[in-house]
Amino acid sequence: MPPKTLYQKIWDSHLVREEAGQPSIIYIDRHLIHEGTSPQAFAGLRVEGRKVRRPDLTFAVMDHSVSTTDRTLPILDQDAKLQFEALEKNCREFGVRLFDMHSKNQGIVHIIGPELGITQPGQTLVCGDSHTSTHGAFGTLAFGIGTSEVEHVLATQCLVQSRSKTLHILVNGKRPHGVTAKDIILAIIGKIGIGGGTGHVAEYGGQAIRELSMDGRMTVCNMTIEGGARAGMIAPDDTTFAYLEGRPFVPRGRAFTEAVDRWKQLTSDEGAKFDMTVELQAEKIAPQVTWGTNPGMVTGVTDRVPDPGSFSDLNDQKATERALVYMGLKAGTPIVDIPVDRVFIGSCTNSRIDDLRAAAHFVAGKHIARNIKQALIVPGSRGIKAQAEKEGLNKIFTDAGFEWRDAGCSMCIGMNADVLPPHERSASTSNRNFEGRQGKDSRTHLVSPVMAAAAAIAGHFVDVRDFAVESVE
Amino acid sequence: MKPFITHSGLVAPLDRVNVDTDQMVPKQFLKALTRQGFGRILFYDWRYLPEEKPNPEFVLNFPRYKGASVLLARANFGCGSSREHAPWAIGDYGFRVILAPSYADIFYNNCFKNGILPAELTEQQIEELFQRAEKEEGYTLSVDLPNQTVSDNHGLVYKFEILPSRKEVLLQGLDDIGTTLKHEPEITAYEKTHAATATMFEPVDVKNYSQAQ
Repeated sequence: MPPKTLYQKIWDSHLVREEAGQPSIIYIDRHLIHEGTSPQAFAGLRVEGRKVRRPDLTFAVMDHSVSTTDRTLPILDQDAKLQFEALEKNCREFGVRLFDMHSKNQGIVHIIGPELGITQPGQTLVCGDSHTSTHGAFGTLAFGIGTSEVEHVLATQCLVQSRSKTLHILVNGKRPHGVTAKDIILAIIGKIGIGGGTGHVAEYGGQAIRELSMDGRMTVCNMTIEGGARAGMIAPDDTTFAYLEGRPFVPRGRAFTEAVDRWKQLTSDEGAKFDMTVELQAEKIAPQVTWGTNPGMVTGVTDRVPDPGSFSDLNDQKATERALVYMGLKAGTPIVDIPVDRVFIGSCTNSRIDDLRAAAHFVAGKHIARNIKQALIVPGSRGIKAQAEKEGLNKIFTDAGFEWRDAGCSMCIGMNADVLPPHERSASTSNRNFEGRQGKDSRTHLVSPVMAAAAAIAGHFVDVRDFAVESVE
Repeated sequence: MKPFITHSGLVAPLDRVNVDTDQMVPKQFLKALTRQGFGRILFYDWRYLPEEKPNPEFVLNFPRYKGASVLLARANFGCGSSREHAPWAIGDYGFRVILAPSYADIFYNNCFKNGILPAELTEQQIEELFQRAEKEEGYTLSVDLPNQTVSDNHGLVYKFEILPSRKEVLLQGLDDIGTTLKHEPEITAYEKTHAATATMFEPVDVKNYSQAQ
């Protein structure tokens, strides 16, 4: 048998139907849904009189529009309220398990899937959300789908798909102190461009990837979509198995050992061919800061805001000019001279316990700068929130002037009250710096949790390598 | 779904690379419960000034592009969020065809679920069309899906590639779910040996509506 990539192995084991010249039908093991992209899918089922084929493989959660303050208060946003009610009604009517906003296990869909062990190696997993790529960190084939496909999976537990091309991304060498998983993935996107991975499924490898914790690996896979690839995967190893053991949906005892034996087969075979390979050297990666209006507009913290004229492509020149106007930045400005108004540590990219520990470690005993109008810590799930509180991280943050919030998508997308005001500038650990993403006319700079924490303390961007920081994820 | 066979219409040029779906439908419009009515808010932040006054500087507000149904775009069109609200808005606004050198995967896929043809042309061809659309007021293109061509009234004819299976979906206006359900016995057969249930080994705080039924 010819050697296979990890992607090919999972693809082959999920083929329900394959026909020459036609897209295949593949089986979906786990379907996660949230309030934002599912109402129209359930409405479609109703119109056709269809049922949810496998409610036992479907999990729903409220995350996008939930409040991160007091949830016992009435919901003022009527549209959001109607969406929550619709999700509740749909789950009740179609027999789907629901983590509502009052559940102790509520959180961002891509945080709680792995946290509860719903996500497991070798599975196919989909969700009506592009950051579903996060779950690939477990050696899972996971990708975002549109609402029509959500309806398709609800009705059939399958998807109609053509096989993707494969992209191997190797991050060789050892990650320097102060350089995190976030910096690795931003550097990758900076290198390949935001459309660089289009049409491909990425698999990450190399020493710097292997040495990441699961939290770090999830950060890398999460932002795979920002480089154009719909899914990003990392072969499971002992780090993965140790993370999974004992989680609520993971088998116990002998069943776990047997599962690990199966999961160990989930690697790309020696000599497996990828359609494209990209290599980076970890030692050369500096802490990254985006300066523009997409995640590929990124540079090292010691660099300067680029000159539009420095790009060879005319479309890139125009895009850069436009981005600098939107961002209120002048070409040539050192990144460390850019002041920050608000800091957001959260989102499905960087709101896990490792992220909060790294940020807390940096801010302990310090205080946010006078020019910082707001600094938010939004844990990715209530489980993470509880763990952080057990470790006293919430106290460290509030003592330093941060606000300690409840779990949800929050200021990453600003669908609740956590919005970045017009023309204000954030240091944000989220995944998208698109125009208007965090709020109309808002200006987002994407950074790692420790870089965001440092910006909060200094009031502008700083190079965290100048401080005695621990090696952070 | 309405089949797509041929279409002729006024061309609107959107001269920006990497147009993401957050621009097509900003987040405040993701709280809807239906698929209808998104045309009004397409490109909301670019299209409107405060109090929803049309922004005269945005290309879709130029009187000459009123009624356009062919959207001419740049590379990596539709990147970012998977929100299908984006093609819902594009379709509801009145566009039936998008022409670009490349598309983001999820957006591209979503177009086919909504009877919109995202045709791919080369960078040079797209550049030529931008020049023609900007030069000639009322510039119109005709798209012929069976023959996979884009043509104008001056003899320009471009051929485009599309997967035969994608083409069929549009030509016949196929309902994906209905097509898949024709293979229901194969899904059932697969489930007999795969697809074990998601077992909870330790209780979590979840509303188990499947048990309640």
